[in-house]
Amino acid sequence: MSDLQRPGADWELQFVIAGCAEKRMPVEIVGSGSKRGIGRPVDGAVTITTASLRGISLYEPNELVMSARAGTPLSQVESELATRGQMLPFEPIDLGPATGAAHGSQTIGGVFATNMSGARRIQCGAARDHLIGVKGVNGRAELFQLGGRVMKNVTGYDVTRGLAGSWGTLAVMTEVTFKVIPWPETAATVIYLGLPDDLAIELLSTALTLPVEVSGAIHLQAPVAARLGHPGLRIMGKSVTALRLENFSSAVAGRKQHLKEMLKVYGKALELDHRESLEFWGELRRLSVMPNRPSLLWRISTKPTTAPKLVAAIKRYMPVEVYYDWGGALIWLEVPAADDASTAEIRRVTAIHGGHATLIRAEPAVRAAVEVFQPLDPGLERLTRGLKAAFDPAGILNPGRMYANL
Amino acid sequence: MPANTCNRRMTVTIRYRLEHPIAVLLSKSMTAIGGAAILNFCTRRAAHLNFLKLEPPMTLSRMPEPDRTVLDRSEAIIGELVALLGADGIISREEGRRAFEADALTAYRQPPLAVALPRTTEDVSKLLKYCRQAGVKVVPRGAGTSLCGGATPTADSIVIGTSRMNSVLETDFVNRTITVQTGITNLAITDAVSAEGFFYAPDPSSQLACTLGGNLAMNSGGAHCLKYGVTTNNVLGLKMVLMDGEIVEINGPYLDSGGYDFMALVIGSEGQFGIITEATLKIIPRMPFARPVMLGFSSCEAAGQCVAAIIGSGIIPVAIEYMDKPAIAVAEAFAKAGYPLDVEALLIVEVEGFEDEIDRLLRAITDIARNFDPQVVEASTSTEHSDRIWKGRKAAFGAMGRISDYYCMDGTIPLARLPEVLSRIGEICAEKRLKVANVFHAGDGNLHPLILFNANDPDEAIRAEQAGAEILKLCVAVGGCLTGEHGVGIEKRDLMDIQFSPSDLAVQMRIKSIFDPHWLLNPGKVFPLPAQELGEQSAADEAA
Repeated sequence: MSDLQRPGADWELQFVIAGCAEKRMPVEIVGSGSKRGIGRPVDGAVTITTASLRGISLYEPNELVMSARAGTPLSQVESELATRGQMLPFEPIDLGPATGAAHGSQTIGGVFATNMSGARRIQCGAARDHLIGVKGVNGRAELFQLGGRVMKNVTGYDVTRGLAGSWGTLAVMTEVTFKVIPWPETAATVIYLGLPDDLAIELLSTALTLPVEVSGAIHLQAPVAARLGHPGLRIMGKSVTALRLENFSSAVAGRKQHLKEMLKVYGKALELDHRESLEFWGELRRLSVMPNRPSLLWRISTKPTTAPKLVAAIKRYMPVEVYYDWGGALIWLEVPAADDASTAEIRRVTAIHGGHATLIRAEPAVRAAVEVFQPLDPGLERLTRGLKAAFDPAGILNPGRMYANL
Repeated sequence: MPANTCNRRMTVTIRYRLEHPIAVLLSKSMTAIGGAAILNFCTRRAAHLNFLKLEPPMTLSRMPEPDRTVLDRSEAIIGELVALLGADGIISREEGRRAFEADALTAYRQPPLAVALPRTTEDVSKLLKYCRQAGVKVVPRGAGTSLCGGATPTADSIVIGTSRMNSVLETDFVNRTITVQTGITNLAITDAVSAEGFFYAPDPSSQLACTLGGNLAMNSGGAHCLKYGVTTNNVLGLKMVLMDGEIVEINGPYLDSGGYDFMALVIGSEGQFGIITEATLKIIPRMPFARPVMLGFSSCEAAGQCVAAIIGSGIIPVAIEYMDKPAIAVAEAFAKAGYPLDVEALLIVEVEGFEDEIDRLLRAITDIARNFDPQVVEASTSTEHSDRIWKGRKAAFGAMGRISDYYCMDGTIPLARLPEVLSRIGEICAEKRLKVANVFHAGDGNLHPLILFNANDPDEAIRAEQAGAEILKLCVAVGGCLTGEHGVGIEKRDLMDIQFSPSDLAVQMRIKSIFDPHWLLNPGKVFPLPAQELGEQSAADEAA
């Protein structure tokens, strides 16, 4: 059992990190620990949690900006935003249910440190796009503050955004500042049933090229759709292709008609109203259609048009169950458990079709043995090592979390 | 006349600089350089006064001393460059180099050692590999529209211009991306996709001339950022040449990157990390219609509160532009846009969507505005009407330039502080006996005070520069930043330590050293010069 440190102030965190750096003692960095089971396992002599660094330090609804200490629960951030009719634009995904951790426990720091965005990413951008300021401590125990609280800011390099998705390997964030947006007045969902993958992605692409601001575009293969909570959709035994529109009520109504008209060749559309839409997209956000099982879960980023081909190519090697998000640009791929996580096949196919593959769910021994993140080209590997050394020369922060010897 | 004027300017400027926090460091370095170099710099500039009608304010942000060993090898270096690219790709004659001596921050002029105009990524790779081996500094340049000196050369540097690399490589409407070479102009990107109903969102006001490469270097914004974000939010992948000639591809036509977010670091690095030669960008379906409403108020407080109320109500317009009384007067005199001349503040709020949605949104916005006692409410009713309303705003900077020289600032502030910031800006300029007009991207807090001065009056020019620095310090003090969209360049590099602590700067400079360990790329920009010298030194130490 490693030594657990819960710094309650920036200086305490600096003190702990300085001590570990001096002794070259590896440190595991966690928020609530909900994503501890993702990435390569870290064997830290010390665990630092940001859980005691909590609280919303600034909220200006009229400027669409909020700052929160890194350990603030996401649920607290979202309920505070909801009191003023606002939300996080990128709809952060909750990997808890899919990876066997608790649902709804992640911290706001963890959201940005892993850059996990949900369905609205196609319309509004990723977590990293909304991160505008950060305060943190690097592996040299230096406290730094970059970016700020204004959304237009090009003063100095954009290190703030550069820390998004670095999984605690460069610095421990202590406070994040981010952009928010108003909740749309209403949401509606248009659903098509029974389309094969290639036709479904074609439909999603067509919808995304129309000026109706589709804010969610997903396709669930039939076995995945059978896990939906919505009773009508669950029992159909068919694939589900869904598009979300969000706006003022009158705009949604007009745009929905336009959309259905343009997509009528794909068959008759079902519709979910506002309340049903919230439930449907809420389920997807919790990834509850990919429940925690012994099977492997991969996450592949690719071009929408190549996504069905990539999936078909993997299917030649193993059974697959797929949830396409982001209009096909993101593939959640469930495949049977294997000691090598089927890495060779999946990486080879991804390389042929183009994209990045990340292993999200596998036994710790498997995640320790294979490359969990997309392997780097030599040029990027050199830059990656350089960046790690610039922030954390002793290599103490989450060592090995992203790459085996880094 | 030139020498006298120059000396007087120098004296005053030096006195001002001595009040600056890092003046001590600067003056020490200046002693080391010796008076002769300064005088030389000054005389050379004075020679220009004869040719230039307008001379922006004289500043004394020192540029790094040219490397003698490089200057002594000029002939040989040019020979090597010609061998790499052919005589057609290299400009080495005096009059040719002079065309590249400055960008839009014309106070700084220095012809480079030579200019190289590559056609391909491989050309850029050959050039950088050679420059790295020969220890020659490199200044990347797009169209040279930087307002902060982002492309100002040094005497010992090679300018690498991207003007011949302006092709569209691939448009992919189904996947909604375009891949281009970075010498393409910003507007040409939208032109390449508009027939299919798409556009590329970032739209800096120089979009007719500025290149994508420059936009990437500065992470440029524009009037539509409130809804669509800035450059970094609209790029998917980059191909970049590092200083040692290595070509790296960062991400690709995918929404998520595989490892660290190098794209975030590279975009906005002001040409100091490498030369980006190709980029894959997001293109967005254009909304069918867009129309503005014009709202005039009797106080800047009322206008500011109205902006806050619109955003707070859940409406995100595509643009909210603000002009104060002096700006309105100048824009109206020039563009005859029909602006009211008796209001203290004018807002132009634009929304987009389908026709019936626009009517509804404009009604909602005017209803909100009525709570703040507007003197004028005028919603556009036609395309011609919209064009007329925008004409004044778009012409504001040019119109101002016709009546006076001006110094355009670019700070960002939290919206709630607008009234106090505007009144303080008024006081700062009054103390310096200068007039100021304010143009403001109100939706995102990006303020552009235009400080009016007479460039032929050296004392006034210096007062304008002092007022500008005071205003930027004010922006930082109220929780904003030094630059919202223009970049740091030379212009604001000596103010960086107002916004950043030494460790904040160190974190940034170490990243520079990863990409460019010998600090050869775009020298003299972004960081205070003494800090740059320290950074260079410590990178060299760590390498050793």
